[in-house]
Amino acid sequence: MASAAGDRLNVVPSRMTLTQIKGRLAGANKGHSMLKKKSDALTVRLRSILKQVLEKKNQTGDVCREALISLAVAKYVVGEDFKLHILESVDKSSLKVSFHSENIAGVTIPVFEKVSVDDDGTENYGESVQDTVGNGVSKEVSEGLSNKFHSFVSLSGLSKGGQQIATCGENFRKAADTLISLAELQTCFTLLDEAVKITNRRVNALENVVIPRLENTVAYIISELDELEREEFFRLKLVQNWKERESKNAQQLREQLERTRQGFSSFEMDSYRTEERVVEGLSSNDDSDIIF
Amino acid sequence: MQSHTKTKRTKLLSIIGDEDTVCGFLLAGIGEVNQHKETNYFVVKKDTPVSAIEETFKRLTSREDIAVVIINQHVAEKIRELVHSYRAPIPAVLEIPSKDQPYDLSQDSTVKRVRQMLGLGA
Repeated sequence: MASAAGDRLNVVPSRMTLTQIKGRLAGANKGHSMLKKKSDALTVRLRSILKQVLEKKNQTGDVCREALISLAVAKYVVGEDFKLHILESVDKSSLKVSFHSENIAGVTIPVFEKVSVDDDGTENYGESVQDTVGNGVSKEVSEGLSNKFHSFVSLSGLSKGGQQIATCGENFRKAADTLISLAELQTCFTLLDEAVKITNRRVNALENVVIPRLENTVAYIISELDELEREEFFRLKLVQNWKERESKNAQQLREQLERTRQGFSSFEMDSYRTEERVVEGLSSNDDSDIIF
Repeated sequence: MQSHTKTKRTKLLSIIGDEDTVCGFLLAGIGEVNQHKETNYFVVKKDTPVSAIEETFKRLTSREDIAVVIINQHVAEKIRELVHSYRAPIPAVLEIPSKDQPYDLSQDSTVKRVRQMLGLGA
Protein backbone atom coordinates (compact mmCIF):
# COMPACT_ATOMS: atom_id res chain seq x y z
CA MET A 1 0.00 0.00 0.00
CA ALA A 2 1.15 3.53 -0.70
CA SER A 3 1.76 5.84 2.22
CA ALA A 4 -1.42 7.84 1.57
CA ALA A 5 -3.45 4.71 0.94
CA GLY A 6 -2.38 3.19 4.24
CA ASP A 7 -3.46 6.27 6.14
CA ARG A 8 -6.66 5.64 8.02
CA LEU A 9 -8.42 6.54 11.23
CA ASN A 10 -7.77 4.40 14.26
CA VAL A 11 -11.21 2.91 14.87
CA VAL A 12 -12.77 -0.32 16.02
CA PRO A 13 -14.15 -2.08 12.93
CA SER A 14 -17.84 -2.55 13.61
CA ARG A 15 -21.08 -1.93 11.81
CA MET A 16 -21.80 1.15 13.91
CA THR A 17 -18.43 2.80 13.22
CA LEU A 18 -18.91 1.99 9.55
CA THR A 19 -22.17 3.96 9.55
CA GLN A 20 -20.54 6.81 11.42
CA ILE A 21 -17.54 6.99 9.10
CA LYS A 22 -19.79 6.80 6.05
CA GLY A 23 -21.74 9.76 7.45
CA ARG A 24 -18.54 11.71 7.91
CA LEU A 25 -17.42 10.83 4.41
CA ALA A 26 -20.69 12.11 2.98
CA GLY A 27 -20.26 15.30 5.01
CA ALA A 28 -16.70 15.76 3.80
CA ASN A 29 -17.77 15.30 0.19
CA LYS A 30 -20.58 17.83 0.58
CA GLY A 31 -18.24 20.30 2.25
CA HIS A 32 -15.70 19.80 -0.47
CA SER A 33 -18.14 20.60 -3.25
CA MET A 34 -19.45 23.63 -1.35
CA LEU A 35 -15.99 25.01 -0.64
CA LYS A 36 -15.11 24.46 -4.25
CA LYS A 37 -18.09 26.58 -5.25
CA LYS A 38 -17.11 29.28 -2.75
CA SER A 39 -13.59 29.30 -4.10
CA ASP A 40 -14.92 29.65 -7.64
CA ALA A 41 -17.18 32.54 -6.65
CA LEU A 42 -14.33 34.35 -4.93
CA THR A 43 -12.01 33.77 -7.86
CA VAL A 44 -14.54 35.24 -10.28
CA ARG A 45 -14.85 38.32 -8.09
CA LEU A 46 -11.09 38.59 -7.68
CA ARG A 47 -10.55 38.39 -11.42
CA SER A 48 -12.99 41.21 -12.03
CA ILE A 49 -11.28 43.31 -9.36
CA LEU A 50 -7.80 42.70 -10.75
CA LYS A 51 -8.62 44.55 -13.95
CA GLN A 52 -10.24 47.39 -12.05
CA VAL A 53 -7.19 47.74 -9.82
CA LEU A 54 -4.90 48.11 -12.82
CA GLU A 55 -7.22 50.63 -14.47
CA LYS A 56 -7.56 52.62 -11.28
CA LYS A 57 -3.80 52.65 -10.75
CA ASN A 58 -3.36 54.15 -14.19
CA GLN A 59 -6.07 56.67 -13.49
CA THR A 60 -4.41 57.58 -10.19
CA GLY A 61 -1.23 58.52 -12.02
CA ASP A 62 -3.15 60.97 -14.22
CA VAL A 63 -5.19 62.49 -11.40
CA CYS A 64 -2.11 62.99 -9.24
CA ARG A 65 -0.25 64.63 -12.09
CA GLU A 66 -3.18 66.99 -12.58
CA ALA A 67 -3.09 67.86 -8.89
CA LEU A 68 0.65 68.39 -8.82
CA ILE A 69 0.47 70.65 -11.86
CA SER A 70 -2.15 72.80 -10.19
CA LEU A 71 0.05 72.93 -7.10
CA ALA A 72 2.96 74.08 -9.23
CA VAL A 73 0.74 76.77 -10.73
CA ALA A 74 -0.32 77.91 -7.28
CA LYS A 75 3.25 77.98 -6.10
CA TYR A 76 4.29 79.99 -9.12
CA VAL A 77 1.54 82.49 -8.53
CA VAL A 78 1.55 82.78 -4.75
CA GLY A 79 5.13 81.98 -3.90
CA GLU A 80 6.85 79.09 -2.14
CA ASP A 81 6.06 80.15 1.40
CA PHE A 82 2.34 79.36 1.39
CA LYS A 83 3.33 75.73 1.88
CA LEU A 84 4.77 76.63 5.25
CA HIS A 85 1.50 78.21 6.28
CA ILE A 86 -0.36 75.10 5.26
CA LEU A 87 2.05 72.79 7.07
CA GLU A 88 1.81 74.95 10.17
CA SER A 89 -1.95 75.37 10.27
CA VAL A 90 -3.04 71.74 10.34
CA ASP A 91 -5.60 71.01 12.99
CA LYS A 92 -8.58 68.75 12.37
CA SER A 93 -9.03 66.69 9.29
CA SER A 94 -11.86 67.76 7.03
CA LEU A 95 -11.69 64.74 4.77
CA LYS A 96 -12.18 61.36 6.30
CA VAL A 97 -13.20 57.87 5.31
CA SER A 98 -16.04 55.82 6.72
CA PHE A 99 -16.85 52.27 5.91
CA HIS A 100 -19.60 49.77 5.85
CA SER A 101 -19.03 46.14 5.07
CA GLU A 102 -20.23 44.03 2.22
CA ASN A 103 -20.40 40.26 2.09
CA ILE A 104 -19.06 38.22 -0.81
CA ALA A 105 -19.46 34.47 -0.33
CA GLY A 106 -18.84 34.76 3.37
CA VAL A 107 -15.93 37.20 3.13
CA THR A 108 -16.48 40.64 4.62
CA ILE A 109 -15.24 43.40 2.37
CA PRO A 110 -15.19 47.00 3.56
CA VAL A 111 -16.68 49.61 1.27
CA PHE A 112 -15.04 53.00 1.75
CA GLU A 113 -16.93 56.20 1.68
CA LYS A 114 -15.65 59.73 1.65
CA VAL A 115 -16.73 61.96 4.52
CA SER A 116 -16.13 65.68 4.45
CA VAL A 117 -16.23 67.36 7.83
CA ASP A 118 -17.41 70.95 8.06
CA ASP A 119 -15.88 73.50 10.37
CA ASP A 120 -18.62 73.03 12.94
CA GLY A 121 -17.94 69.30 13.06
CA THR A 122 -20.88 67.95 11.09
CA GLU A 123 -20.01 65.15 8.79
CA ASN A 124 -21.32 65.03 5.25
CA TYR A 125 -21.29 61.62 3.77
CA GLY A 126 -20.58 61.76 0.09
CA GLU A 127 -22.15 59.26 -2.22
CA SER A 128 -20.31 55.99 -2.30
CA VAL A 129 -16.88 56.59 -3.74
CA GLN A 130 -17.47 54.06 -6.46
CA ASP A 131 -20.27 56.16 -7.85
CA THR A 132 -18.51 59.50 -7.76
CA VAL A 133 -15.27 58.37 -9.21
CA GLY A 134 -16.65 56.34 -12.06
CA ASN A 135 -18.12 59.24 -13.99
CA GLY A 136 -17.66 62.40 -11.99
CA VAL A 137 -13.98 63.02 -11.48
CA SER A 138 -12.55 63.20 -14.94
CA LYS A 139 -15.25 65.63 -16.01
CA GLU A 140 -14.78 67.82 -12.98
CA VAL A 141 -11.02 67.80 -13.34
CA SER A 142 -11.27 68.90 -16.93
CA GLU A 143 -13.73 71.59 -15.90
CA GLY A 144 -11.27 72.75 -13.29
CA LEU A 145 -8.57 72.86 -15.89
CA SER A 146 -10.64 74.86 -18.33
CA ASN A 147 -11.52 77.29 -15.53
CA LYS A 148 -7.85 77.63 -14.82
CA PHE A 149 -6.99 78.34 -18.42
CA HIS A 150 -9.88 80.75 -18.59
CA SER A 151 -8.57 82.61 -15.60
CA PHE A 152 -5.13 82.75 -17.16
CA VAL A 153 -6.47 84.20 -20.33
CA SER A 154 -8.82 86.74 -18.85
CA LEU A 155 -6.75 87.84 -15.93
CA SER A 156 -3.21 87.69 -17.18
CA GLY A 157 -1.21 90.06 -15.12
CA LEU A 158 -3.33 89.57 -12.05
CA SER A 159 -2.28 86.54 -10.07
CA LYS A 160 -5.59 85.45 -8.50
CA GLY A 161 -3.55 83.61 -5.89
CA GLY A 162 -6.41 82.60 -3.64
CA GLN A 163 -8.32 81.06 -6.47
CA GLN A 164 -5.27 79.13 -7.61
CA ILE A 165 -4.85 77.70 -4.16
CA ALA A 166 -8.54 76.81 -4.07
CA THR A 167 -8.27 75.07 -7.43
CA CYS A 168 -5.21 73.25 -6.20
CA GLY A 169 -7.05 72.11 -3.08
CA GLU A 170 -9.98 71.01 -5.20
CA ASN A 171 -7.73 68.97 -7.47
CA PHE A 172 -6.08 67.29 -4.53
CA ARG A 173 -9.51 66.50 -3.13
CA LYS A 174 -10.31 64.79 -6.42
CA ALA A 175 -7.06 62.91 -6.18
CA ALA A 176 -7.98 61.87 -2.65
CA ASP A 177 -11.36 60.65 -3.96
CA THR A 178 -9.67 58.49 -6.54
CA LEU A 179 -7.22 57.24 -3.97
CA ILE A 180 -10.02 56.29 -1.59
CA SER A 181 -11.74 54.24 -4.24
CA LEU A 182 -8.40 52.72 -5.16
CA ALA A 183 -7.83 51.90 -1.50
CA GLU A 184 -11.19 50.17 -1.44
CA LEU A 185 -10.31 48.06 -4.45
CA GLN A 186 -6.90 47.28 -3.06
CA THR A 187 -8.29 46.26 0.31
CA CYS A 188 -10.85 44.15 -1.46
CA PHE A 189 -8.11 42.59 -3.54
CA THR A 190 -5.94 41.78 -0.52
CA LEU A 191 -8.83 40.27 1.42
CA LEU A 192 -10.13 38.23 -1.49
CA ASP A 193 -6.65 37.04 -2.35
CA GLU A 194 -6.22 35.82 1.20
CA ALA A 195 -9.71 34.27 1.30
CA VAL A 196 -9.15 32.42 -1.99
CA LYS A 197 -5.88 31.03 -0.69
CA ILE A 198 -7.47 29.83 2.54
CA THR A 199 -10.44 28.31 0.71
CA ASN A 200 -8.19 26.53 -1.78
CA ARG A 201 -6.10 25.21 1.06
CA ARG A 202 -9.23 23.80 2.69
CA VAL A 203 -10.47 22.31 -0.58
CA ASN A 204 -7.13 20.63 -1.12
CA ALA A 205 -6.95 19.40 2.45
CA LEU A 206 -10.37 17.80 2.12
CA GLU A 207 -9.61 16.39 -1.30
CA ASN A 208 -6.17 15.00 -0.58
CA VAL A 209 -6.16 14.21 3.11
CA VAL A 210 -9.54 13.95 4.79
CA ILE A 211 -11.57 12.20 2.09
CA PRO A 212 -8.90 9.57 1.23
CA ARG A 213 -8.41 8.87 4.91
CA LEU A 214 -12.14 8.33 5.43
CA GLU A 215 -12.36 6.19 2.31
CA ASN A 216 -9.46 4.10 3.54
CA THR A 217 -11.16 3.70 6.89
CA VAL A 218 -14.39 2.59 5.22
CA ALA A 219 -12.48 0.10 3.08
CA TYR A 220 -10.64 -1.15 6.14
CA ILE A 221 -13.83 -1.63 8.15
CA ILE A 222 -15.54 -3.41 5.25
CA SER A 223 -12.61 -5.76 4.77
CA GLU A 224 -12.48 -6.46 8.50
CA LEU A 225 -16.21 -7.19 8.57
CA ASP A 226 -15.86 -9.49 5.54
CA GLU A 227 -13.05 -11.24 7.28
CA LEU A 228 -15.21 -11.73 10.35
CA GLU A 229 -18.04 -13.01 8.19
CA ARG A 230 -15.76 -15.53 6.49
CA GLU A 231 -14.49 -16.70 9.84
CA GLU A 232 -18.04 -17.07 11.06
CA PHE A 233 -19.01 -19.00 7.93
CA PHE A 234 -15.99 -21.26 8.28
CA ARG A 235 -16.79 -21.90 11.90
CA LEU A 236 -20.39 -22.74 11.05
CA LYS A 237 -19.27 -25.12 8.33
CA LEU A 238 -16.85 -26.72 10.73
CA VAL A 239 -19.53 -27.23 13.33
CA GLN A 240 -21.93 -28.53 10.71
CA ASN A 241 -19.40 -31.06 9.44
CA TRP A 242 -18.61 -32.09 12.93
CA LYS A 243 -22.31 -32.55 13.69
CA GLU A 244 -22.87 -34.53 10.55
CA ARG A 245 -19.99 -36.78 11.32
CA GLU A 246 -21.25 -37.18 14.84
CA SER A 247 -24.73 -38.05 13.72
CA LYS A 248 -23.40 -40.49 11.15
CA ASN A 249 -21.30 -42.15 13.78
CA ALA A 250 -24.20 -42.27 16.12
CA GLN A 251 -26.32 -43.80 13.39
CA GLN A 252 -23.72 -46.45 12.70
CA LEU A 253 -23.42 -47.15 16.36
CA ARG A 254 -27.14 -47.40 16.71
CA GLU A 255 -27.41 -49.71 13.75
CA GLN A 256 -24.64 -51.85 15.11
CA LEU A 257 -26.35 -51.95 18.42
CA GLU A 258 -29.59 -52.79 16.76
CA ARG A 259 -27.98 -55.53 14.82
CA THR A 260 -26.35 -57.02 17.89
CA ARG A 261 -29.53 -56.72 19.78
CA GLN A 262 -31.45 -58.42 17.01
CA GLY A 263 -28.91 -61.19 16.83
CA PHE A 264 -28.99 -61.55 20.53
CA SER A 265 -32.75 -61.51 20.72
CA SER A 266 -33.14 -64.14 17.94
CA PHE A 267 -30.76 -66.31 19.83
CA GLU A 268 -32.79 -65.73 22.95
CA MET A 269 -35.96 -66.50 21.10
CA ASP A 270 -34.48 -69.73 19.83
CA SER A 271 -33.38 -70.76 23.22
CA TYR A 272 -36.66 -69.70 24.59
CA ARG A 273 -38.45 -71.67 22.00
CA THR A 274 -36.44 -74.85 22.69
CA GLU A 275 -37.08 -74.31 26.30
CA GLU A 276 -40.70 -73.93 25.52
CA ARG A 277 -40.68 -77.02 23.51
CA VAL A 278 -39.08 -78.85 26.35
CA VAL A 279 -41.61 -77.40 28.67
CA GLU A 280 -44.35 -78.21 26.22
CA GLY A 281 -43.07 -81.71 26.00
CA LEU A 282 -43.04 -81.82 29.67
CA SER A 283 -46.51 -80.46 29.97
CA SER A 284 -47.82 -82.70 27.24
CA ASN A 285 -46.18 -85.48 29.09
CA ASP A 286 -48.05 -84.23 32.07
CA ASP A 287 -51.30 -84.22 30.28
CA SER A 288 -51.04 -87.74 28.94
CA ASP A 289 -52.74 -90.44 31.00
CA ILE A 290 -50.52 -92.91 32.54
CA ILE A 291 -51.69 -96.44 32.06
CA PHE A 292 -50.22 -98.88 34.25
CA MET B 1 -28.27 52.71 -0.68
CA GLN B 2 -27.86 52.29 3.07
CA SER B 3 -28.86 54.40 6.00
CA HIS B 4 -26.10 56.52 7.46
CA THR B 5 -25.83 56.84 11.17
CA LYS B 6 -23.92 59.64 12.80
CA THR B 7 -22.25 57.22 15.12
CA LYS B 8 -20.47 55.49 12.27
CA ARG B 9 -16.74 55.39 12.81
CA THR B 10 -14.71 57.49 10.47
CA LYS B 11 -11.06 57.02 9.77
CA LEU B 12 -8.29 59.25 8.50
CA LEU B 13 -6.15 59.24 5.45
CA SER B 14 -2.45 59.69 6.03
CA ILE B 15 0.44 60.60 3.81
CA ILE B 16 4.18 60.08 3.63
CA GLY B 17 5.82 62.04 0.86
CA ASP B 18 7.84 64.98 -0.31
CA GLU B 19 6.91 68.48 0.74
CA ASP B 20 4.82 69.27 -2.35
CA THR B 21 2.69 66.16 -2.24
CA VAL B 22 2.08 66.40 1.48
CA CYS B 23 1.27 70.07 1.12
CA GLY B 24 -1.22 69.39 -1.64
CA PHE B 25 -3.07 66.77 0.33
CA LEU B 26 -3.08 68.94 3.43
CA LEU B 27 -4.68 71.59 1.27
CA ALA B 28 -7.34 69.02 0.42
CA GLY B 29 -7.92 68.72 4.14
CA ILE B 30 -6.71 65.29 5.15
CA GLY B 31 -4.22 66.47 7.77
CA GLU B 32 -4.95 66.02 11.46
CA VAL B 33 -3.01 66.58 14.65
CA ASN B 34 -4.40 64.65 17.61
CA GLN B 35 -4.20 65.32 21.35
CA HIS B 36 -0.79 63.68 21.59
CA LYS B 37 0.52 66.06 18.92
CA GLU B 38 0.81 63.13 16.54
CA THR B 39 0.42 64.00 12.89
CA ASN B 40 -1.00 61.75 10.20
CA TYR B 41 1.47 63.09 7.64
CA PHE B 42 5.21 62.94 7.28
CA VAL B 43 7.40 65.10 5.09
CA VAL B 44 10.38 63.30 3.59
CA LYS B 45 13.20 65.65 2.71
CA LYS B 46 16.40 64.81 0.90
CA ASP B 47 18.30 64.32 4.15
CA THR B 48 15.60 62.30 5.97
CA PRO B 49 17.15 58.99 7.07
CA VAL B 50 15.56 55.75 5.84
CA SER B 51 15.13 54.56 9.43
CA ALA B 52 12.87 57.55 10.13
CA ILE B 53 10.74 56.71 7.10
CA GLU B 54 10.51 53.09 8.17
CA GLU B 55 9.52 54.06 11.66
CA THR B 56 6.84 56.43 10.40
CA PHE B 57 5.50 53.81 8.02
CA LYS B 58 5.23 51.29 10.83
CA ARG B 59 3.62 53.84 13.14
CA LEU B 60 1.04 54.94 10.59
CA THR B 61 0.14 51.41 9.45
CA SER B 62 -0.36 50.28 13.03
CA ARG B 63 -2.58 53.19 14.02
CA GLU B 64 -6.20 52.23 14.55
CA ASP B 65 -7.73 55.42 13.19
CA ILE B 66 -6.09 55.35 9.77
CA ALA B 67 -7.71 53.72 6.76
CA VAL B 68 -5.38 54.71 3.94
CA VAL B 69 -1.65 55.41 3.87
CA ILE B 70 -0.64 57.36 0.80
CA ILE B 71 3.05 57.18 0.00
CA ASN B 72 5.15 58.72 -2.77
CA GLN B 73 6.62 56.11 -5.03
CA HIS B 74 10.21 57.28 -4.63
CA VAL B 75 9.76 57.15 -0.86
CA ALA B 76 8.24 53.69 -1.07
CA GLU B 77 11.24 52.69 -3.15
CA LYS B 78 13.50 53.46 -0.20
CA ILE B 79 11.58 51.09 2.07
CA ARG B 80 10.51 48.68 -0.67
CA GLU B 81 11.06 45.57 1.46
CA LEU B 82 8.85 46.90 4.21
CA VAL B 83 6.10 47.98 1.81
CA HIS B 84 6.20 44.71 -0.08
CA SER B 85 5.99 42.63 3.08
CA TYR B 86 3.06 44.70 4.32
CA ARG B 87 -0.03 42.64 3.54
CA ALA B 88 -2.75 43.79 5.92
CA PRO B 89 -5.94 44.97 4.18
CA ILE B 90 -6.48 47.99 6.43
CA PRO B 91 -4.91 50.50 6.29
CA ALA B 92 -4.40 50.20 2.57
CA VAL B 93 -1.04 51.41 1.35
CA LEU B 94 -1.21 53.35 -1.91
CA GLU B 95 1.72 54.50 -3.96
CA ILE B 96 1.35 57.70 -5.93
CA PRO B 97 3.69 59.50 -8.30
CA SER B 98 5.65 62.48 -7.06
CA LYS B 99 6.48 65.72 -8.73
CA ASP B 100 9.99 65.07 -9.90
CA GLN B 101 10.08 61.29 -10.26
CA PRO B 102 8.49 59.49 -13.19
CA TYR B 103 5.68 57.13 -12.24
CA ASP B 104 6.59 53.53 -12.87
CA LEU B 105 3.55 51.35 -12.37
CA SER B 106 5.49 48.10 -12.54
CA GLN B 107 7.31 48.98 -9.30
CA ASP B 108 4.08 49.14 -7.29
CA SER B 109 3.72 46.26 -4.82
CA THR B 110 0.05 45.68 -5.55
CA VAL B 111 0.47 46.01 -9.29
CA LYS B 112 3.28 43.48 -9.13
CA ARG B 113 1.02 40.99 -7.42
CA VAL B 114 -1.88 41.71 -9.76
CA ARG B 115 0.29 41.24 -12.81
CA GLN B 116 1.63 38.01 -11.40
CA MET B 117 -1.91 36.73 -10.95
CA LEU B 118 -2.98 37.72 -14.41
CA GLY B 119 0.06 35.92 -15.76
CA LEU B 120 1.53 39.04 -17.32
CA GLY B 121 4.91 38.38 -15.75
CA ALA B 122 6.29 39.71 -12.52
